[in-house]
Amino acid sequence: MARILSLTLNGRTRTDAVPDNLLLLDYLREVAGLTGTKTGCDGGECGACTVLVDDCSRLACLTLAATVDGRRIDTVEALAVDGRLSAVQRGFHEKLGSQCGYCTPGFIMASAGLLRRNPRPSDDEIRDALGSNICRCTGYVKIIEAVKHAAALCAEGMAP
Amino acid sequence: MNQIMPAHNIGDYVPMIDGPEKVSGRAKFTADLVVPGALAGHIFRSPYSHAEILEIDVTEAAKLPGVKAIVTGADCDKTFGVLPIARTEHPLARDKVRYCGEPVAAVAAVDDATAKEALRRIKLKVRQLPAYHTAGAALAPDAINIHECRAHNIERDVFFELGDVAAAFAGADLVREGTYNCAEVCQNQMEMHAALADYDAVRDRITVHASTQVPYYVHLMLSQILGMDMSRIRVVKPHVGGGFGCRTETLNVELIAALLARKAGGCVRLVVNREETFITHRGRPETDIRLKIGLRKDGRVAGVECECTQRGGAHSGYGVVTILYAGSMLYAIYDLHNVKYIGKRVLTNTPPCGAFRGHGTVDVRFAFESLLDQMASEMGLDPIAVRRTNLLKVPTFTDNDLMVNSYGLPECIDWVEKASGWKERKGRLLSPNGIKKGLGFACSHYISGASKPVNWTGEPHATIKLKLDFDGSIVLLTGAAEIGQGSSTVLVQSVAEVLGLELSRIRIVTGDSDVVPKDNGSYSSRVTFMVGNAAIDAANNLKAVLIAAAARKLDAKPDEIECLGELYRAGAQDKGLTFNEVVTEALRDTGTITVTGNYSTIPESHGGKKYRGSAIGGTMGYSYAAQVVEVSVDEDTGVVTVDKVWVAHDCGRALNRLTVEGQVQGSVWMGMGQAMSEEAAYHEGLMLTANMLDYRVPTIQDSPPIEVGIIESIDPHGPFGAKEAGEGSLAAFLPALTNAIADATGLRFNDLPVTPDRVFAALEKRVREAGRKQNGGG
Repeated sequence: MARILSLTLNGRTRTDAVPDNLLLLDYLREVAGLTGTKTGCDGGECGACTVLVDDCSRLACLTLAATVDGRRIDTVEALAVDGRLSAVQRGFHEKLGSQCGYCTPGFIMASAGLLRRNPRPSDDEIRDALGSNICRCTGYVKIIEAVKHAAALCAEGMAP
Repeated sequence: MNQIMPAHNIGDYVPMIDGPEKVSGRAKFTADLVVPGALAGHIFRSPYSHAEILEIDVTEAAKLPGVKAIVTGADCDKTFGVLPIARTEHPLARDKVRYCGEPVAAVAAVDDATAKEALRRIKLKVRQLPAYHTAGAALAPDAINIHECRAHNIERDVFFELGDVAAAFAGADLVREGTYNCAEVCQNQMEMHAALADYDAVRDRITVHASTQVPYYVHLMLSQILGMDMSRIRVVKPHVGGGFGCRTETLNVELIAALLARKAGGCVRLVVNREETFITHRGRPETDIRLKIGLRKDGRVAGVECECTQRGGAHSGYGVVTILYAGSMLYAIYDLHNVKYIGKRVLTNTPPCGAFRGHGTVDVRFAFESLLDQMASEMGLDPIAVRRTNLLKVPTFTDNDLMVNSYGLPECIDWVEKASGWKERKGRLLSPNGIKKGLGFACSHYISGASKPVNWTGEPHATIKLKLDFDGSIVLLTGAAEIGQGSSTVLVQSVAEVLGLELSRIRIVTGDSDVVPKDNGSYSSRVTFMVGNAAIDAANNLKAVLIAAAARKLDAKPDEIECLGELYRAGAQDKGLTFNEVVTEALRDTGTITVTGNYSTIPESHGGKKYRGSAIGGTMGYSYAAQVVEVSVDEDTGVVTVDKVWVAHDCGRALNRLTVEGQVQGSVWMGMGQAMSEEAAYHEGLMLTANMLDYRVPTIQDSPPIEVGIIESIDPHGPFGAKEAGEGSLAAFLPALTNAIADATGLRFNDLPVTPDRVFAALEKRVREAGRKQNGGG
């Protein structure tokens, strides 16, 4: 069965007919063409598909597209403002919070969600917020630095 | 007038040049290439560990509407493999299946659901054979051969004795032997394997996009498997989500995608899932080590005997190389003589292992640094002092003919000793109730590229091109595979540095065989050293062209021209020419300028001939690392927490301090995963841990601060003096951890991973034994 899904995706409203069993992850990547959100596992293991649903981080691989009807979804493609990197994106780029880049969109969205709720997180709060995302390159040291750098940029008035 | 100066970047903290794409979601990985109309590829895998194939019945699958192609072993009788001497693997099993999960058939269909339904309709009839899931079982006298061409299931036996080990032990003051077991571990890189193969039936050409570290090897194996001339094949490497060695050889995924695409006469997208990625793994083999060291009372190592057995899995892969590295790399870190090595690479009915980060060196280094620490402690010597007693004097050649020129290990040791407060804190850490704290130390090393490539063709080891055109931008063309390690950034940096230009003048094109020069790929930490040197050579060649043009225009001699990056002038009084004016002049004769840069290793670095395979281990420059690990051991639960790691890495010259730090931290952390939680476990050949919950990768919650000291020994042959930074510091974590646990608790763990269960069991055992002694037993 298909049903009509209306949502606000990266600030734009759109409506699609989606099968009941379509995952939000596959909707984003294959229907909406937003491949920034990554598939990293067979479901709920790695956090690479983290997106924001009404500013809260959510695994798109464990979410049916039909369940986010009427909600506001933000993916990594939403963060840049007029083509310029957001605070979290700059943090990850400048502090090398991203190496191969595959887990990066998930980490960035989880971090953006954190900073929207809590602009000055402690190290422990950063670890808590990113505890379900796996990175295989960095050892996480520079990811923590990246989020702190992003928080400092937010304090200067940048959007997360 | 503003003074124009050449721009410099070497030694700076340079964010990766492809970072903006990665943080914005614009970077396209293979699975992100959504091609309208592409067929979905799926693989049917063997549920048996070892069986003779009697029949593969695909008739029902073929009848399913929407199925466009089915391939089985009958479609390809060719074999592949990374080593020309060991190409034993078919992309789809023929005659026999040799591990649970081995591809048997594959389907291309209009969508995933149809392809998956088709897999359900494939019927595989077999006669099961005895299966060997451990090295011991495969080596049993009555075991049948997994490969007919490999008697007794031995992929390779290695033996050498250099010096007189028996005499060395006889003359030693303390001789100890230990046995060690390191579990099989997987790279578990974040991007699952994927390939997109597009066959052009009109021209009989194929384009394959693959998530690989070695596009050239993929090209070679596609040609071999498809029976197509290499000129009909194009290989493209998009962004790659990590490798750590699992993609340093052609995988069956890209070959199967290509076979399907040709049979279907179209485009096939084959993205395997995480479970299949684990099964394809090519990780570090389970390794059993028996190690014996003789030590003199001053701490000098008198002799070493090492026996190493690797459970290699069902196919050859890099196996011969891995077992050779495990022996040859006993050398080149300390001044060792009298060394005996007995290596056995065994074929088993488990997924094939490969070249995991620190290839071949890690488990043996774990054993060596553990036993040395244990013996130092027994003799009442400081473990750091024992390492200092055994340092090499460079330049030198080791007993197995490895060339060592630069050697920053002494400075690495000094750095971690000081930064960790070793002298003041070792043995004096306060242990709060129920928690025991300790410090452990170890060293490690690695090569900067294998001096003899596995596919020896006689060409230079690395070639790059620079293209300069009317717009004044320089395009760097390279086959070096950027997989997240920062190779593109370091190559751009190298060219910019030589020419005195900002990085923004230079663009880089990588990973498309239609455009870029051939490159052997990203493995054995070769890219910075070899391709970096080629980049410097190319930039110097381009600079010569520009200087000649400037000289012509300024009516001066070339050697009078001063290159200031954006300005070329004939002496300080000359107004000079802007870079763009020089480019215009340079293009006048030839139009677009393309220059080449090459690099080749020197014969002295190729290892000797003292034993079969002794070229393995030869490199132009070894990196060195020392580590101190601080742990807390909870005696009630057995949980070990790593509180802090201090690591110093000698990378020759740090071309990019940011990426060097990132590589070193990532290496240390990956060593931590192997040491503490990661293990590929099997039940009767079925992988039990083929997901990231059961295969326990450390999360951000488990991961310690890692403080990095960069030691710059300035290698005489390295690009700007650089050596590798991405692998050498991994191995030292494992023994530094177990040495720290021994320091904290007095318990020594020789089997990895050191899980809370193992620690708890050892603590319990000690309590029980102490109780028995108290009760008068014993």
